[in-house]
Amino acid sequence: MQLISLSFFDLGLAAIAVLALAGTAFAMRLGVTRTLLIAALRTTAQLALVGLVLEAVFAQRQLIWIALMAFVMLLLAGREAAARQKRPFAGGYGFAAGTASMFLSSFVTAVATLLIVIRVEPWYTPQYAIPLLGMLLGNTMTGIALAMDRLTQEVWRGATVIETRLALGATAAEAIADMRRDAMRAGMIPMLNAMAAAGIISLPGMMTGQILAGSPPWEAVKYQILIMFLIATGTGFGTLLAVSLGARRLFDDRHRLRLDRLRPV
Amino acid sequence: MNRQRVAGATAAPRFEAEALAIAAIGPIDFTLAAGDCLGLAAPSGAGKTRLLRAMADLDAHAGSCRLDGHPAEVFSAPDWRRRVMFLPAESAWWFDTPRPHIRPDRLAARLAALDLDTRLLDQPIERISSGQRQRLALIRLLSYNPDVLLLDEPTANLDGPNIERVEALIDEYRQQNDACCIWVGHDRGQLERVATQHLVLDAAGKPTDTPCS
Repeated sequence: MQLISLSFFDLGLAAIAVLALAGTAFAMRLGVTRTLLIAALRTTAQLALVGLVLEAVFAQRQLIWIALMAFVMLLLAGREAAARQKRPFAGGYGFAAGTASMFLSSFVTAVATLLIVIRVEPWYTPQYAIPLLGMLLGNTMTGIALAMDRLTQEVWRGATVIETRLALGATAAEAIADMRRDAMRAGMIPMLNAMAAAGIISLPGMMTGQILAGSPPWEAVKYQILIMFLIATGTGFGTLLAVSLGARRLFDDRHRLRLDRLRPV
Repeated sequence: MNRQRVAGATAAPRFEAEALAIAAIGPIDFTLAAGDCLGLAAPSGAGKTRLLRAMADLDAHAGSCRLDGHPAEVFSAPDWRRRVMFLPAESAWWFDTPRPHIRPDRLAARLAALDLDTRLLDQPIERISSGQRQRLALIRLLSYNPDVLLLDEPTANLDGPNIERVEALIDEYRQQNDACCIWVGHDRGQLERVATQHLVLDAAGKPTDTPCS
């Protein structure tokens, strides 16, 4: 099977369908017409831009450009995770902790996979490195954002419990253990759901794409299983690390709860 | 600065505060021997609770506290708080029932002393009245065997007979364990009964000479 190239006319047909939806939504006064059209335009512009960047990076095949692109992706993911916090840490600590956790988990997982599992030559071949890292970062970002949000909100609401436990002689780690565990679990739930639903309720996007591009389904399935395991590992360890860093930040060296380190809302 | 003099100056100091201050509150100084109880009275909002929290090292503060001559810094913070234990006016509970919060040591006797039924230990926390919870919080505190009790209005939600029971239990604990106690309260009559020395703060949180009787 060959890859069937899409023409702009083909995309235009799909765009007409979106316009039809926008028209219907407008007629029904759902109030989402504007948002829908802007979102459709954003998708087109953002994907076109990343397509141009990828074309350039793939043509260059130089480590420095691939590393630069990976770094930009990491910073954007860190910013996105920090922006989703209802009670973020003051002074950029949340951004730093989230980005560092994503760097350690996603980059280590991606590089190890390229070197040990896929063994592509050279290991930074952008056709493999960039999509792999993108999927890892996207999922790890969601996990860390959810987990940090859960942690800071639970601590804010449960401050009297933490302080009563501290007053009775608990260490900071003992006093926050329950909330820390809840936050870590919350960060892993999307990944657990995705693994449980894969293939039955949803056909994962990467596998669908490979099949559309002409790969035998069995090869696509093997890649998808690999990706699922990598996402589970990357998200899991990234979430554990980010929550540990966050929980530590909420106390000082005399085991005092420091809610002043969260930004006032 | 007003320095409160120790009643029995011959006894070795058990718990001392030196220039203890937090934000604009204090500084205060006191020296307590084993078995002493300091009554701390002040208008609402003067910062009594924050001083107790500073003594337990739950908030950053100026000045220092010493237990048996050792400053707080030589203890790990959790170790210090196990010895110098703060009882907040509103205690939190995190398990479903009181029992897992409280160490079993002398539990039955203390429940009886405060007129509490042992069956309360296995009831959901939400179903227990605020007065019962306040007495259970005191029993939880004593079950850790602290050397110094920092009590923030420990009888605020209680009726007459239970106030007497709490006063008697704390008095007995102090005598039997050579413990000290800082008692924060509004009721001057109560502070006269329970305390062996007194410290009064004005509305700005500064010590005053106003006699409290």
